[in-house]
Amino acid sequence: MTKLIYERSRAGRRASSLPRHDLPRVDVPAGLARSRPPRLPEVSEPELVRHFTELSTRNFGIDTGFYPLGSCTMKHNPRVNERLVGLPGFRDLHPLQEQDGAQGALELMWRLQEILAEICGLAAVSLQPAAGSQGELTGLMLMRAYFADRGEADRREIVIPDTAHGTNPASVTMAGFELVGVKTDPRGNIDVEDLRGKVGPRTAGLMLTNPSTLGLFDENIEEIERIFHGAGALMYYDGANLNAVCGISRPGDMGFDVVHINLHKTFSQPHGGGGPGGGPIAVTKALEPFLPVPAVVRRGDDEYGLDFDRPRSIGKVRGFTGPFGVFVRSYAYLRSYGPQLREMSEAAVLNANYLLARLKDAYDLPFDRLCMHEFVLSARGLKRDHGVSALDVAKRLMDYGIHPPTIYFPLIVPEALMIEPTETEPKERLDDFCEAMLAIAREAADDPTLLREAPHDRPVRRLDEVKAAKRAVVRYGFEDHPDLSDGAARPRVAEAAQGV
Amino acid sequence: MSFLSLTDSDREEMLAAIGVSSVEELFREVPEGVRFRGRLDLEPALSEPELVAHLEALAARNVDTGRELSFLGAGIYDHYVPAVVDAVLQRGEFLTAYTPYQPEMSQGVLQTIFEYQTAICELTGMDVSNASGYDGTTVAADACFIAKHATGRSKVVVAETVNPQVRQVVKTYAPGFGLDVVEVPHRGGTTDPDELAAAAQEAACVLFQQPNVFGCLEPAPELAAAAGNAGALAVAHVDPVSLGVLEAPGAYGCAIAIGEGQSAGNYQSFGGPHYGFLAARAEHTRRMPGRIVGETTDAAGKRGYVLTLQTREQHIRREKATSNITTNQTLLALAGLVYLTWLGPQGLREVGETCMALSAYAKERLASAGAELLFPEKATFKEFAVRVGRNARDVIRDARARGVHPGYALGRDYAGMDDVLLVAVTEKRTPAEIDRLAGIVAEVAA
Repeated sequence: MTKLIYERSRAGRRASSLPRHDLPRVDVPAGLARSRPPRLPEVSEPELVRHFTELSTRNFGIDTGFYPLGSCTMKHNPRVNERLVGLPGFRDLHPLQEQDGAQGALELMWRLQEILAEICGLAAVSLQPAAGSQGELTGLMLMRAYFADRGEADRREIVIPDTAHGTNPASVTMAGFELVGVKTDPRGNIDVEDLRGKVGPRTAGLMLTNPSTLGLFDENIEEIERIFHGAGALMYYDGANLNAVCGISRPGDMGFDVVHINLHKTFSQPHGGGGPGGGPIAVTKALEPFLPVPAVVRRGDDEYGLDFDRPRSIGKVRGFTGPFGVFVRSYAYLRSYGPQLREMSEAAVLNANYLLARLKDAYDLPFDRLCMHEFVLSARGLKRDHGVSALDVAKRLMDYGIHPPTIYFPLIVPEALMIEPTETEPKERLDDFCEAMLAIAREAADDPTLLREAPHDRPVRRLDEVKAAKRAVVRYGFEDHPDLSDGAARPRVAEAAQGV
Repeated sequence: MSFLSLTDSDREEMLAAIGVSSVEELFREVPEGVRFRGRLDLEPALSEPELVAHLEALAARNVDTGRELSFLGAGIYDHYVPAVVDAVLQRGEFLTAYTPYQPEMSQGVLQTIFEYQTAICELTGMDVSNASGYDGTTVAADACFIAKHATGRSKVVVAETVNPQVRQVVKTYAPGFGLDVVEVPHRGGTTDPDELAAAAQEAACVLFQQPNVFGCLEPAPELAAAAGNAGALAVAHVDPVSLGVLEAPGAYGCAIAIGEGQSAGNYQSFGGPHYGFLAARAEHTRRMPGRIVGETTDAAGKRGYVLTLQTREQHIRREKATSNITTNQTLLALAGLVYLTWLGPQGLREVGETCMALSAYAKERLASAGAELLFPEKATFKEFAVRVGRNARDVIRDARARGVHPGYALGRDYAGMDDVLLVAVTEKRTPAEIDRLAGIVAEVAA
């Protein structure tokens, strides 16, 4: 068991040294001053470094090994991008610096907008949204503003297939729309017959991931486009799977009006253990007036600026102009590839199809087609024959030094294993993964307990998630604190009512 | 430069295993009509040295706070970021991992989030913190959403002294959330508790900022009481580095505490990425947006950490979720944890005391230089507003020509403040630098 940083704390230790000036002390007015100091850790710098280094060794990243987490696009993060984001001209630039003192930053953002517009086949880009889910919400707000502007505010419904990421329906609710579900057909495409009955005068639009979360390109996309545009509705493209189609098929050419791009997936912003991300949106000319303010614009040949004068804009969705450090990394990544970006997507699709070809006999394949950059297998056969679940397969993979794929998603596939290798993996890594998956399928027959009790080789065994949710201990209680154990005045169980 | 690994012979073997003859054939299910047959109109690929040279040239066109003595604040601050922050964040195991869906692979990041949640609860005096929000603006919209569900009311009262960036984002989110936003004007630089109490009737929540956008200290306990008496949740937007010297929102009756984490451990980075923090009383736990990490035990009884209370979240609850957030700002929140650990309670207090002492010195020096304090009777923390006798944007231009950025032009957001500068003084500034600012203001102000 690794101690918490609070358990390493000793009163009087510190890592920091700070400037002190010979100035009179200023007191906080009575009633506003801190009454009891926060119980932050008190450690020396060597112990600080050791603590976080030890924790890092209990974590697994792309740098550690193969990480085929479906729909998350866990590709290599080039180290040069970390050097670039640390340049003082980027790192130490204040967001309210006058525009003539931020020309390099504005130019970088403008150039990134141009590149993303070209990749998406659309007219205009806003970089402001902080992540994919905020890009979704922003896109839906644009659609709402667009219809309000046209006097069609009664278009309240957004159509979403049953394979969609959970963020799609959640974003629909947050944007004040209503959800209409549509089914998937036996080939893994949207069920077009089901769809026809669900699109009408109340329809604002479609939200679609293409290729879908099944890793399949929708073969009826042109018909779907005719249905929505024919009904006066808009098309939203969830760019979570854009890594499959860069330079191969552009969302704008498919007929989409709004696209969000996950810079932390397709364009290599490191995932950081859960962020930061970036969720720019690209739109058609018709939707451009509604984009968030300020817009980053070019004035003349070599001058860049912020345009706040956008009367039909939805407003701001985030502070300032977005997560700039993410833009630096993604811009650098895109400039490294240039027009060869297509090769990136080709390699991603080749790697995925190679894994699919090697694994489809050992696991169930719900839709037997060529895949794009990812594919979904099912462990339902292992479950039926040996009582071994997708979760057991995932946990056993850890013993082979491989991060598990996404499991139990999409929801329409029972015992789903969603596998996305990405383009940066060499063939030997792919083969190692296949050997591990095939060995696990054999182990399921020979020694299912080995799987059910996996992992055996990680810092912890399987964790009790039910207990975690029931107790809801969400912060340290200082019970075992070397100096402050009697200071635990409040219960740390953050729980009141059950349910919602 | 590319980051691909396959050789020609790899490709041939793989295509053979798949049973296709070319990579092109892998895309046969993409309908012909939506194929992109052109070549992306992008500039040629750059090698690593060329890339570095190109971005160095872009960076050189920016005037950062190392090249210009800066007193800019208004939400983002030039506080010192210690070297240990960079060192920890560059560990590949943290940098290149994703959201800890598989806890046995992710104990490192899960434990750091648990430690971060603890630090935020300690700073704010709250019971529960999420793993972070996007920034200090979006967490305000999140807090309003929590309040709407907690109270069944739809009115949101926002003090005009809340940073305009925050207010604008709340207004953008409001129509979708079904919220009506009502703003309460300031009286002499702070919010009047009686006026706030009247506005708070039938409100879901009251949002105020401490210290507020003018740098002034609000009568925060009275504002929280005004909210509470009306049955509205008190939401305080606070500066984390102030909380070594200023009272914790939990200690004066707030239901929710939020803020921009940048000042604690993140670089300015032209506005992001940073982390927003959101902490609340226990009763709001199930309404919290975003990830939360909880303690549990493994099959052998050993302590461990997992993502918990996930029935709130979009991947389970879908359209009934408390939020759509998935990717948050974990790495920046880790920077915040490392920073707060580096400081410890004593260091945090010293940063606050130094900011206050230096900004008091700056007020005095600027007053001697002819600037006039906008709200002289109000206590401040690290930031304050002064009238400079002519358009502040002209003063900024002239001061910058002398190598000093003297602050933010508040007239951009507030009527009648065209001649007002908002001056931020962090612990990185020195008395000599403040003397230099005062000298330049004396020269360029009217």
